[in-house]
Amino acid sequence: MGGAPGEDPIDRSEHRLMEWERRTGALVDVLREKRLINTDELRRGIEAIPADEYRRLGYYERWSSSLEALLVEKELLTTQEIGRRATVVGERWG
Amino acid sequence: MSADHGHGGGRRHPGLAEGLSLSEPALRLLAMEELLVEKGVIGGDDVRRVMDVIAARSPADGARVVARAWTDPAFKLRLLEDPRAALAEVGYPVASGAVLSVVENTEAVHHLVVCTLCSCYPTSLLGPPPDWYKSFAYRSRAVADPRGVMREFGLEVDEAVEVRVVDSAADLRYMVLPRRPEGTEGMAEEDLVALVTRDSLVGVGAPNPPAAES
Repeated sequence: MGGAPGEDPIDRSEHRLMEWERRTGALVDVLREKRLINTDELRRGIEAIPADEYRRLGYYERWSSSLEALLVEKELLTTQEIGRRATVVGERWG
Repeated sequence: MSADHGHGGGRRHPGLAEGLSLSEPALRLLAMEELLVEKGVIGGDDVRRVMDVIAARSPADGARVVARAWTDPAFKLRLLEDPRAALAEVGYPVASGAVLSVVENTEAVHHLVVCTLCSCYPTSLLGPPPDWYKSFAYRSRAVADPRGVMREFGLEVDEAVEVRVVDSAADLRYMVLPRRPEGTEGMAEEDLVALVTRDSLVGVGAPNPPAAES
């Protein structure tokens, strides 16, 4: 993306991170500490997101997407169980 | 679900208090965390512990380092030559595996930090990066038109000053050592800390001038 032509002004507003966004950053750090993932893998997962989806997703949503791909790839979790639990979490907090 | 369920009880709504509904990626992230705890891959307190560590970091740490460098020339030299050792000396250990480079702004050179690839930033010293640092607009334009970008932030760099854009990566992150403002010659280190803005540590701003004598 760097150096890609663009004239858009920079949006300098800053938002306070939501609880789940802060949890995402912390979870990634915990998994890094335990050497279960590393920064380069996380970035590979983010770069692998198709361009239109990449633009649609928020910053930590991309992390979530990449982390899920890595955890499934490493057979620590399955897509199905994440999906099922996400439904439960949604009912709890929705 | 019972009220004493290990993950629901007493926890704040993860979307903040305004009742914001959570997106699918957010729900999936929370699901992953729960499952990893249940499977014993991570401890039940690990995420909270790290959240507390992250929350304690702020640009104030970087500001303290800069004020020390402004008032202690020997420390400044060590900071520029071996940042890891100099930072450890003042109580800011840099995580192993990552290199922090400190680049000094002078009368002749002004540095601007960007991560064109993603969002690499010296979080251990400055806290999490601001939203704009992660934006497409900043990442693409900082390298193509650094003076224009700095102007948008209200910083006009004299044409006679060379602008160097440094591109951070996961293994090499940059912090700017800004120029000490004029009129601060007699100020003590602890008072100088307050002049150092976050934006000046990234290169999109300058430190605040000293308050006028009343």
